[in-house]
Amino acid sequence: MTEMQKLYLLVPLAPLFGAIVAGLFGKIVGRRGAHIVTILGVATAFVGSVFVFQDVQAGNTFNGTLYTWATSGGITFEVGFLIDSLTVMMMLVVTFVSLMVHLYTIGYMSEDPGYQRFFSYISLFTFSMLMLVMSNNFLQLFFGWEAVGLVSYLLIGFWYTRPTAIFANMKAFLVNRVGDFGFLLGIGLIAAFANTLNYAEVFAKAPALAAMTVPETGWPLITAICIGLFIGAMGKSAQVPLHVWLPDSMEGPTPISALIHAATMVTAGIFMVARMSPLFELSEAALSFVLVIGATTALFMGFLGIVQNDIKRVVAYSTLSQLGYMTVALGVSAYSAAVFHLMTHAFFKALLFLGAGSVIIGMHHDQDMRNMGGLWKYMPITWITSLLGSLALIGFPFLSGFYSKDSIIEAVQLSHIPGAGYAYFCVIAGVFVTAFYSFRMYFLVFHGEERFGKAVEHDAHGDHSAAHGDDEHGHDEHHHGLAPGQKPHESPWVVTVPLVLLAIPSVLIGFFTIEPMLFGDFFKGVIHFSDSHPVMAELGHEFHGAVGMAIHGMTTLPFILAMSGVAVAWLFYMKMPAIPAAIMKTFKPIHTLLENKYYFDKFNEIFFAGGARLLGRGLWKVGDQTLIDGMAVNGSAKLVGVIAQLTRLFQSGHIYQYAFSMIVGVFVLLTFWFNRA
Amino acid sequence: MNFVIPDFYPAAAELFVVAMSFVVLMTGTFLQNSRSLSYYLTQFTLLGAAVVTVYTMDGQVTLTFTNMYVDDLMGDFLKLMVYLSVAVVLLYSRSYIGDRRIESTEYYMLVIYATLGMMVMIAANHFLTLYLGLELLSLSLYALVATQRDSARATEAAMKYFVLGALASGLLLYGMSMLYGATGSLELSRIAQAIYHQGGDKTVLMFGLVFVVAGLAFKLGVVPFHMWIPDVYQGAPTSVTLLIASAPKLAAFGMAMRLLVNGLFELADQWQSMLMFLAVLSIALGNIAAIAQPNLKRMLGYSGISHMGFMLLGLVSGVVEGDRHFALNAYSSAMFYVFSYVLMTLAAFGVLLVLSRAGFDAETLEDLKGLNKRSSWFAGMMAIVMFSMAGIPFFIGFYAKFSVLLAVVASGYKWLAVFAVMMSLIGAFYYLRVVKVMFFDEPQDSSPIATPATMRVALSLNALAIAALGLLPGWVMWICDQSMLQSF
Repeated sequence: MTEMQKLYLLVPLAPLFGAIVAGLFGKIVGRRGAHIVTILGVATAFVGSVFVFQDVQAGNTFNGTLYTWATSGGITFEVGFLIDSLTVMMMLVVTFVSLMVHLYTIGYMSEDPGYQRFFSYISLFTFSMLMLVMSNNFLQLFFGWEAVGLVSYLLIGFWYTRPTAIFANMKAFLVNRVGDFGFLLGIGLIAAFANTLNYAEVFAKAPALAAMTVPETGWPLITAICIGLFIGAMGKSAQVPLHVWLPDSMEGPTPISALIHAATMVTAGIFMVARMSPLFELSEAALSFVLVIGATTALFMGFLGIVQNDIKRVVAYSTLSQLGYMTVALGVSAYSAAVFHLMTHAFFKALLFLGAGSVIIGMHHDQDMRNMGGLWKYMPITWITSLLGSLALIGFPFLSGFYSKDSIIEAVQLSHIPGAGYAYFCVIAGVFVTAFYSFRMYFLVFHGEERFGKAVEHDAHGDHSAAHGDDEHGHDEHHHGLAPGQKPHESPWVVTVPLVLLAIPSVLIGFFTIEPMLFGDFFKGVIHFSDSHPVMAELGHEFHGAVGMAIHGMTTLPFILAMSGVAVAWLFYMKMPAIPAAIMKTFKPIHTLLENKYYFDKFNEIFFAGGARLLGRGLWKVGDQTLIDGMAVNGSAKLVGVIAQLTRLFQSGHIYQYAFSMIVGVFVLLTFWFNRA
Repeated sequence: MNFVIPDFYPAAAELFVVAMSFVVLMTGTFLQNSRSLSYYLTQFTLLGAAVVTVYTMDGQVTLTFTNMYVDDLMGDFLKLMVYLSVAVVLLYSRSYIGDRRIESTEYYMLVIYATLGMMVMIAANHFLTLYLGLELLSLSLYALVATQRDSARATEAAMKYFVLGALASGLLLYGMSMLYGATGSLELSRIAQAIYHQGGDKTVLMFGLVFVVAGLAFKLGVVPFHMWIPDVYQGAPTSVTLLIASAPKLAAFGMAMRLLVNGLFELADQWQSMLMFLAVLSIALGNIAAIAQPNLKRMLGYSGISHMGFMLLGLVSGVVEGDRHFALNAYSSAMFYVFSYVLMTLAAFGVLLVLSRAGFDAETLEDLKGLNKRSSWFAGMMAIVMFSMAGIPFFIGFYAKFSVLLAVVASGYKWLAVFAVMMSLIGAFYYLRVVKVMFFDEPQDSSPIATPATMRVALSLNALAIAALGLLPGWVMWICDQSMLQSF
């Protein structure tokens, strides 16, 4: 094993070590020990990733197997790494955001009794995510995929005494099973037809796969594979209609909302599709499917952000919408733009979530924006960093979000695959919506009238925040909030330092990396696009440097829409708060539709959950009670009883019966095999 | 007839064990209170034998004693595993037999001779050596079962074991004489050649084969030659049960390989279908009957029956319609299965021994109730063992089942694989019931667990090895592959 290979191993194993120490020996190492060991683990992983990055920049990529676990029917199951520019970019993003979140957690969870458990989980998550992105084969990808899903489940239900949290994690788990079903089908098809699980080998066989059809159906095989894989991505990256779990996942503590449900895990689907670009490029139908799903998510989930009052839910819907943007980019073969947006989004969305978390700390765990306002005076660092994050999100020129989002919009404009027109409308309208809900949140939280300390009925816990983190109080947010006359205060440094550190890349990274990542050689040989989808190349012709793009960007439609979104938000929520109320009254049906999230949850509840319950009841009554209980269970219990009786009969303790059984055995063997031979 | 001095080198380990057995016997006879010394001498014997075996391991197939004896890689690895498991057995049983006043020099002597018997069985290339080894092992075990003389149950078990064992020996001898009649030789490699060249009298060969398989099936404890297992496992002191359940299975596997593969490979078609019959019955009966057992020793006995059935699956899928190129994989998966079974059995009975104390034998499900509250560490270890036995990934038991099933599928018996999986599903019930009882029930017994530190450490290592080798099975698999590659 070379030095570099050892380093590759060190990167995921360091957080795993931290997770094990904090998880299994949490009582022994204590709170301080737990956060020190996990932070050191993740910091090691980050530093290691930086070295790997430099090595990759120097032209050293790696694709190899470190350990072969099993071989079966010509397919090997192995642990291996594929280290190239895409991997190393993901490694940097994951370890950096994870490190920030680890630091932030010290402040956010300081009074929680599950402190060590939390650190163990987030380190375990970092390990799983790194295994996912570093994998060179589908088996390990699937392992990482499920492992991050598991940790996400554990963390959404972190406060397991809250019924809502348990409901939310169950929902996330079930919805992801639907996605995984498709994902497994895709992997299964690959294993069956390519007879290998290794990426490089599958890609080498991709043209051959493209010529095949699924037996007995006539469907193009490659399309079936890609759609299967993409359904997996829809579950993990929360695309319509499998998005329903993400808003509810906000029941988890805020740091994981930033790490898992904004910056890293939910982008695993985007990463996976970009990684699979050699396959997706071969199926126009799959790309169109991806495009339409992504566009729908981008616009319609944005609408929902407008009507939310819970600060975290606004950010959650914004995440959904941004994931939609990334998916759209995948659909138009602008994989590098998708990954670029993934990266910038990871920074500014983590920033926004952590900012929201800081606000929540300041508000003593009151998350309702209607109880906030004017916080800029009390929380200056949170205010400034959140403003930067919001500007990045709406795509203000020169900030990172501008570069990535504008590239996507232009790529959609240049694409000609079916659905591109619809997608263009969605992404362009989405810009206005994004700007509107982002600044609605910003104004409601940081400006305007100070509304805190009034609407809170329960002031028993108000004067000290000890109640949060106390399981007996069930973490019900209604228990919290500021007491009358009490002022919010800025969060401690462990909270604000990560905000500042995340604000820096949120502002700058787009400007410095757009050229190499989108139009340079950074992803050369990693991301493929066929000649029939030359979107990125065409985009490259129009690109004249980051400064030029930003200046030009100020004259284009997206910028105008974004600014008008901000202006409308200012008008509605700062100047004339009567307008939104009036609109709400006039367009009651639409508002109700949005309030109910397009009735997706209702539909699922009635159709799927209800259907499942009906089916379950039917199976229970007919299948279980009569067939299984009546015949199978009681029957097999009886059967087992009979067999037990029989064995008891034979197992009588009498030697002669034992000997008799042996003789019978010989007799049977003899007669049987003599007749055969 | 001229006498040639045989080459003792390939049998150096056996000779060492014989020599040491005299040392142990002498010290035991002439020194008072020498039990501790006997224990350490026995452990030293095993260690020394291991050193000698490793030292004489040369990767060649060497025959000696006028071709009655063979030394090859498979034999060496099986022997090493035998030393290891016997050493672990002794380590686990020390305080148990001390508490019950059955620790004596004789006890250790019998263990040494049983070990020697196993070594001879594994290294036999001749019906006589094979039979000699088998009898040495069996007689030592009969005596060991009866070692607790004041226990009626143990005496009864020993009696049954002895009578049935004698019957099985008779069957085996009868089969051997038939084969001798058909081929004119007692030497396994000559028999193989004889069948290959002249074919021999089919009827007599088949007769012989059936009886030999029956004798073998008794030793492995597969249905319908399994009847002794539940009674003996339950009746014998747990320390002896542990010995019977573990190392002799390795020897029986060695014997099966020698007899069936070295000697009767030409008849593979026939014995494979016989073994398949036995395997199917064992897997079914073992798993179903285990459900009804509240006694853990009995349950593990039935579980062992099903495990041996599973192991046989590896042996039945070696030759497909005369095509032999599956054989290596299939046999090495069976060898892997035996290795993993022995590891798991050691740990499972080890936990029972940990929980036993003077005047109290832990052997029912009741005794495991709430173990998690008494010692979450041992409960965790037992859970690992149970998960592994049930074949849950990523423990060694999973990989063992997986590789055997791969061999079965590769040889085309898909229905057999499906059947085996269904049965292990049923089997999972009683393994998981143990886990449930340990973690979710209230303890019936709150006395502290007092066991020597060495045993705690050894048991933990044993259980952790089950987990670790499940993740890194390639290493053990390599040993099995090499053994098969070099020996056949």
